[in-house]
Amino acid sequence: MSKPSSSKPSSSSINRRGFLAAGAVAAGTVSMPWVAGAQAKTIKVGMPTILSGRVAQLGTSSRNAAQMEVEKVNAAGGLAGRPIELVIRDSKGQPQEAARVARELVNSDGCEILIDAEASTGAFAVHEVARDLGVLCIHTNSETSSLTADPKLRLPNAFRCARQGIHDSAVGGTYAAEIANARNLTRWATCSPDYAYGRDTTAEFVMYLKRFAPKVEVISEGWPKIFQPDYTETITKLLQAKPQALYSCLWGGDLTSFIDQASIYALFSQMQFYAVNMADYTALTVVKNLPAGIHSGNRYVKTFPATPQNAAWGDAYRAKYGEYPTNWAWQNGVVINFLAAAAKKADSADGKKLADALRGLKIDSPLGADGTITMRAEDQTIVGYAIGWGTTIAKEPYVPEMKSTPWQRIFELEAEWKKEKGFA
Amino acid sequence: MDLNALTECLVSASCMVTQVTSGFIIGMLLFLVAVGLTLIFGVMKIVNFTHGAFYMLGAYFAMTVFQFTNSYGLALLGAAVGACVIGVIVERLFMQRVYGGNVLMQLLVCYALVLILDDLVRIVWGPEFKAMGMPDAFRVPPLFIMGGVVPPFYLFLIAAALAMAIILGLAIARTRFGKTIRAAAHNPAMVSVLGINTGLLFTGVFALGCLLAGLAGGLAAPVRSLTPGMGFSILIESFIVTVIGGMGSILGALVGAVLLGLIRTFGALGFPLFTEALMYLAMAVVLIVKPSGLFGREAA
Repeated sequence: MSKPSSSKPSSSSINRRGFLAAGAVAAGTVSMPWVAGAQAKTIKVGMPTILSGRVAQLGTSSRNAAQMEVEKVNAAGGLAGRPIELVIRDSKGQPQEAARVARELVNSDGCEILIDAEASTGAFAVHEVARDLGVLCIHTNSETSSLTADPKLRLPNAFRCARQGIHDSAVGGTYAAEIANARNLTRWATCSPDYAYGRDTTAEFVMYLKRFAPKVEVISEGWPKIFQPDYTETITKLLQAKPQALYSCLWGGDLTSFIDQASIYALFSQMQFYAVNMADYTALTVVKNLPAGIHSGNRYVKTFPATPQNAAWGDAYRAKYGEYPTNWAWQNGVVINFLAAAAKKADSADGKKLADALRGLKIDSPLGADGTITMRAEDQTIVGYAIGWGTTIAKEPYVPEMKSTPWQRIFELEAEWKKEKGFA
Repeated sequence: MDLNALTECLVSASCMVTQVTSGFIIGMLLFLVAVGLTLIFGVMKIVNFTHGAFYMLGAYFAMTVFQFTNSYGLALLGAAVGACVIGVIVERLFMQRVYGGNVLMQLLVCYALVLILDDLVRIVWGPEFKAMGMPDAFRVPPLFIMGGVVPPFYLFLIAAALAMAIILGLAIARTRFGKTIRAAAHNPAMVSVLGINTGLLFTGVFALGCLLAGLAGGLAAPVRSLTPGMGFSILIESFIVTVIGGMGSILGALVGAVLLGLIRTFGALGFPLFTEALMYLAMAVVLIVKPSGLFGREAA
């Protein structure tokens, strides 16, 4: 009695499972050709970036700007007829996660191009993935100059569509030296994050500052960790050193925390502050009591370059996302414009052909110093973007007046630096 | 290494005042987090990895209450009470089930809760960093004490945390609740046999720990940028504090936290590239010389 009664439900459950499995396979088979058809047409572009943690706002703005430009490119026919599909993943700002995500985007998600929207911490890791997989990879947020300047790191399939430290430092060093000479600011201190970008960019700024203001002497250095919550010991160390001016390339939430904590020590009334990354809307709007008169490089402000095209781009972004773009945003918007122009030139969306087309490509852009930006062929990095330094105020337009250095001069200074470093 | 800067500071009154107070600032926030951690471990014998998340919640609650009321007092109250209420919910729903259980299971539950609470903060307040801003009352120039610079807000912060330390110390030493806690830490089975509701006691201790962590978050909110996941770094340092001071000891947490603060401020002067390592070195030395921590009870 018990045998048939126990075997019956079991065989019926197998049947039901079998039925469900068969149904799933059938559904898969039916849907597959549609998916496969869509995949052949669209071109997947993978984008590892930082969508959580202190830098999330910058990562989100990278995604937003890329998406905004992708919509325009797709409306105009995509990359050589293939609509772009952005596949975006969060690396949480961890290099090992960035590398893993980048590899997965290519190997599992079928991405044919990588837009590496990582900070320098992750960009070097993604760069190695690009070396390994040979996929076209464009770094959009790493500003560490060696990433493209160092011939040992150079890859035919890796490009950079981002500002870089050496350019900012050449302009910033020139700007700061002028003020240092005029006001006799000789005792300087630095306080920058302790990783490749912070170390390199600070060294480059100091190099130009000392070159154009030879009396300058750096009397104190602070190297807090990236994403460090508390800067009290760095601030009190600066107070002890009593410099006349302070340089910092802290950025994002780190910079705003530093300013909040330093303000209650009245640090900024005791020394001039040169913060290359201040003039970005994320930082400018988050600091509740922005001290007046911070010297900053331009990150993204819609008033520099002071053209209707730039203002229109900033306003369009704001209308779509409810806030102004960031420095990371414009770089990730421009990379899509570059890909579109390269695909048009190559009449193909193939990675190798796009790479060939990108070398030396010049595009019209509202973010260009003269309305154009060029992907320099020799080191596959952008030049000609708007770059300047100015003094901040606490309300819009935040930096009323930007001083820029002609790109020809930046090229000369950069060439000397490359020679000194053995990069050229 | 810059021993000159360190020795110059040690003989200068102004430098000593600035560095010692900044050591206390770092230390007192750490103390508030670490003391909860140490209490919870002392009584429930659970290493509460979620503790940093309550510090984060406190900071976010403080910011929100401050935005609505513009009162920093209410913001602190909101931070402490808010974190405490969430703590009670978390303890009742999840933590109670893993007391005395497998350590791996405890770790997994704590880790899951950290991820959930971080994501909840991300959903409610957004993923981007936030700043609360300094309350008007403290937006004043810093005080100069013997030439040293001391911001009034930090004096308030030190005073508030010290007051909490004294209240907590007295409560543990003098009140019935404190006596029960000490007894439960020593022998929970016996306390239970005596008719005391240990479940309720555990919830109370967990809630107290969360309240203190929330208060620390509220005190930190005006000067630190707020992000989901901000509790992680303070949690690591709090563990160092509890290891140095001794797991389960309130006085140990206080001394360990201040010691760590002073190591950071004076270390930044003398060993600028080695400051982080100095903290771990201090922990290693304590572990070698006195494995139970400076004020920890030796295992019987």
